[in-house]
Amino acid sequence: MAEKEMQKREASSPVETERTKNMKVFIPRVDICETQDAIVLLADMPGVDEKSIDITLEKNVLTLSGRVEPDTHEGYRSAYVEYEAGDYERAFTLSDEIDRDRIEASVKNGVLKLTLPKAEPVKLRKINVKSA
Amino acid sequence: MVWPEFGRYGRVWSPWREMERLQQDMNRFLSRESTPYSTTFPAVNIWASDQDVIVTAEVPGADPENLDITVAENVLKLTGSRKPEELKPGEVSHRRERVSGEFARTFRLPYAVDSGKVDASYEKGILKVRLPRAEADKPKKIAIKSQK
Repeated sequence: MAEKEMQKREASSPVETERTKNMKVFIPRVDICETQDAIVLLADMPGVDEKSIDITLEKNVLTLSGRVEPDTHEGYRSAYVEYEAGDYERAFTLSDEIDRDRIEASVKNGVLKLTLPKAEPVKLRKINVKSA
Repeated sequence: MVWPEFGRYGRVWSPWREMERLQQDMNRFLSRESTPYSTTFPAVNIWASDQDVIVTAEVPGADPENLDITVAENVLKLTGSRKPEELKPGEVSHRRERVSGEFARTFRLPYAVDSGKVDASYEKGILKVRLPRAEADKPKKIAIKSQK
């Protein structure tokens, strides 16, 4: 992978909303895979735990946001910097109907795992045509 | 010597336009090749005080047993791996952005450290290594004797 792609990508802040906290926002890197009955999403959000993460699903827009404590060390000077601590935000439009009641989320070692089970397909109803 | 192509910019060849083109090429080259700092996974920050160094790295989803830290004098080496998610038959990948595989990073610390007293912790996907400065490396104050 090219070097540039390794860096955290900064989110472009939408015009409609503005954050009250003056902190950078990053787009977490994700892996998404679709299984037979669910969509599984893994997001890299280092610095985030189960208390500092918010997942919302509105209509079919899934929004992930994570808050990260600023990375400061009292009495130390910064000798070398490659990353900055910042919050995470990312939204996805889901194509399939999701069973909202069975969504599962867990965070382990800074990785969010989200399982979005697909809703039961709407049963086909055959309409009989009577002969007149 | 490359002769300028006349057809390219119109009738007259202009050295200014040629220079502009060269500048554009250069900018394109630089923007593609250079980054503000060299980064490969995982990203690392180094903090230093007079007594010790703190190295933090963003390694989400790593198994602490798969992370290796070795220190020799003032060189810190961080190696490890992150397992890629295996797809089972019938599963379709939509996106694959997370870095997986092995990594190895080497850093030169501001001073020699005591490798026996290094302690490391891994929390919320962030690795934090504290390395105390070696006693022999600490600056010593030299008293100046005054002669009467």
